[in-house]
Amino acid sequence: MPMSVYDIAGRAMSAQLVRLNTTASNIANAGTLSGSKEGAFRALKPVFEAVGERPGVATVRVNAVVASSTEPTRRHDPDNPLADRNGDVWEAGVDGAAEMVEMLETARQYQNNVQVMQTAKTLTLDTLGLGK
Amino acid sequence: MPDQLFGIHGASLALRSQRLAMLASNIANAATPNYKARDIDFGRALDMAAGSGDAGAAAAAATAYRVPTQSSLDGNTVELSTEQTEFAENAVGYRTTLSFLQSRVATVMQAIKGE
Repeated sequence: MPMSVYDIAGRAMSAQLVRLNTTASNIANAGTLSGSKEGAFRALKPVFEAVGERPGVATVRVNAVVASSTEPTRRHDPDNPLADRNGDVWEAGVDGAAEMVEMLETARQYQNNVQVMQTAKTLTLDTLGLGK
Repeated sequence: MPDQLFGIHGASLALRSQRLAMLASNIANAATPNYKARDIDFGRALDMAAGSGDAGAAAAAATAYRVPTQSSLDGNTVELSTEQTEFAENAVGYRTTLSFLQSRVATVMQAIKGE
């Protein structure tokens, strides 16, 4: 069966939902501290990939979720129970402003796909009512 | 025979539906790196479909890449404002064709019933 508009928009919606989940965990973990650079949280990013069967008709899927290259920031805080021997802690490598922008963009693109599906549904129902 | 009954509107509806899927693909891939948006040149496709009667082949032949007004760093050529406008225009076109078909069906039904 060929890929329908419902497949295209539906799978795009679930991909955007994965993106929203990564943004949520990034924002939730922003500001968390760790005793080592390796143990510090790094922002997660989904990698989108087009899935198509014939030219021009393609939906999207999440190929992988990777940790971003944003470096955790070192802060001197000897009183912190997590501090290492030098009295340093590592703050999660999350760019808060960028994550908020990402969240808004995700919500907008999710809405676009909902709109596409709604339009396709109305048109399909109208077509089914042809001749009545 | 069905072509004579519905004229150009049968091919038009098929092309509108294929274009709907293509524009939906563009909107779905708005955030996919390196995705190149494509669209069907509807006027050209309809001319070809009217000549050959094969809407699928006409749609494939009239498909072209979208030229973005501004290129983006990740190589994606989807511009949501353009795609949404084209999508809305295409949906209205589909509706229009549908109402042409509807009135044609109504006319023929009236002739059959002889009311």
